[in-house]
Amino acid sequence: MTAPAVPDTHPPVKRSWYKENEIAVTPWLFLLPGILFFALYVIIPIFQSFWISFHQWDGLGEKTWVGLGNYERLLGGDRKFEVSFWNNLKWLVLYLLAIPMGLFISLFLNQTVRGIRLYKSLFFFPFVISQVVVGLVFSWFYLPGDQGLLNNVVGVFGLGPYNILGSPDSATYGIIAAGLWPQTAYCMILYLTGLNAVDPEQVEAARLDGAKGHKMLWYVIIPQLKPATFIAFVVTIIGALRSFDFIAVMTNGGPFGSTRVLSFYMFEESLSEFGFRMGYGAAIAVVLFFIMLGFITYFLWSMYQDEKGAR
Amino acid sequence: MFPTPIEKTSRSWQITYQWLLPVVLIIWLLPLIAVAVFSIKPDADFTNGNYWGIPSSFEMFNNYGKVFFESDMPRYLLNSFMITIPTVIGAVALSSMTGFALGVYKFRGNLLIFFMFIAGNFVPFQILMVPVRDLTLSLNLYDTKTGLILFHVAFQTGFCTLFMRNFIRALPFPLIEAARVEGVAEWRIFLYVVLPLMKPALAALAVLIFTFIWNDYFWAIVLTQGPDSQPVTAGITSFNSQYRAAYHLMSAGSIVAALPPVAMFFLMQKHFIAGLTLGAVK
Repeated sequence: MTAPAVPDTHPPVKRSWYKENEIAVTPWLFLLPGILFFALYVIIPIFQSFWISFHQWDGLGEKTWVGLGNYERLLGGDRKFEVSFWNNLKWLVLYLLAIPMGLFISLFLNQTVRGIRLYKSLFFFPFVISQVVVGLVFSWFYLPGDQGLLNNVVGVFGLGPYNILGSPDSATYGIIAAGLWPQTAYCMILYLTGLNAVDPEQVEAARLDGAKGHKMLWYVIIPQLKPATFIAFVVTIIGALRSFDFIAVMTNGGPFGSTRVLSFYMFEESLSEFGFRMGYGAAIAVVLFFIMLGFITYFLWSMYQDEKGAR
Repeated sequence: MFPTPIEKTSRSWQITYQWLLPVVLIIWLLPLIAVAVFSIKPDADFTNGNYWGIPSSFEMFNNYGKVFFESDMPRYLLNSFMITIPTVIGAVALSSMTGFALGVYKFRGNLLIFFMFIAGNFVPFQILMVPVRDLTLSLNLYDTKTGLILFHVAFQTGFCTLFMRNFIRALPFPLIEAARVEGVAEWRIFLYVVLPLMKPALAALAVLIFTFIWNDYFWAIVLTQGPDSQPVTAGITSFNSQYRAAYHLMSAGSIVAALPPVAMFFLMQKHFIAGLTLGAVK
């Protein structure tokens, strides 16, 4: 006797349809609420925004189809858009400084002296505070004249006083510096965790081979910190492109619109007191989305490589 | 260990290090220390231009008392709690289910759905803003806490699913197989086998989401308006326009607004850091 080619579909004990297909059906039942919610509030709105961006719309009345009109206006010399775009680039590049700064502080703190745990927490805790409060704290820190602590400190060295947030040349940098504060703390904690897992045998072996200082760091430690660096990179890029709270709180886009970024400009166009230009706002959001999509694709691709390796 | 442990270095560096630590910490926290100093000064110091001199009187109780008893601050704080706590429960519940489905079962589209959750979690908020605001308006939930909670739950499910799924993947799979051989129903496996093992992940996610949602500002100003439903991050800006240039009150208000997540962090530090650094170590 050979085994039947068709699997036996009639087991002796009659079971319910659910019992029969339990393994195949259960994951979908568990996924259903999550997927529904996520689709309704995240996935579908992305496509809706694309659709809205082809219209002129005040958010209340009828939408008027304008085709690529919004994009033509946006990319055809909208000064505010250009300023926002360049500021986004500044954010991206300068925000990445959080990674080496975080690494530096984590190396400084990676010791086992008394009270070091408390030090680590205190160094980290700017990240826990809301960006709104960090923004306020820094805008008072930067207060012009002798009101701000910063000017009092640099005054000791005979510099200043500066009006950082009041001048279009320095305002964006002032905001980025405020943003770097919690972001550096985040990168620091990632690296502290990474350093904890560095293989001590490799370090000892490298020491015996005479490696030390920056050579040890560069050739032995940093390669082992690669997973931490990847995550630091992901969260910093996303953070840089999401910058909104700091700008809204510290300068509200000013002075003279010099601190706008795309996320802020989009909000301003769609929900400002000058009227709701939702179509135009959606077009700005789409441009920002495509900038982000480049990074998202890269992140997902890296994660996919890991997944394949894991199977 | 790298860098070289301090015990094995020269005596002079050991002493330098011990002095350096607190000095660097003070410089690092300087902006915050400045605000703390502001918040205990009397009003007169600011009108007299005594911003950085010694406070002419100690007004901590007065200033914080004003924040708590003479402003809308307590309402905003209460709103924040009423938004944050349901969101934490909702997002953790939904994502422990999705994480279980994606972490335990092999089926077509598993990885695709997983990547959809991750990708959605990274998109800029602005691409969701107009449609989500519309949806909330059409559900009659604009300017309500419920409207804000529903969105937060949905959005946080993305990140939480990533977290839960990876955590469940790392659990010993034979445990689940053994339960199956015993004939335990799948939903019971979830409830009685997997869920108890997920306690550390649940705790880590809960503190993380608490902090994320408490600190949200963008959605608060997009989906809510007044002191009836706005959380404290949005409330603090109207608080500040009410007390314009009253730095002692504004800084006291900011400190109060920032406190709950800070307390959460110091209480649940281990879980918090375990959550944030997920994936930082292979």
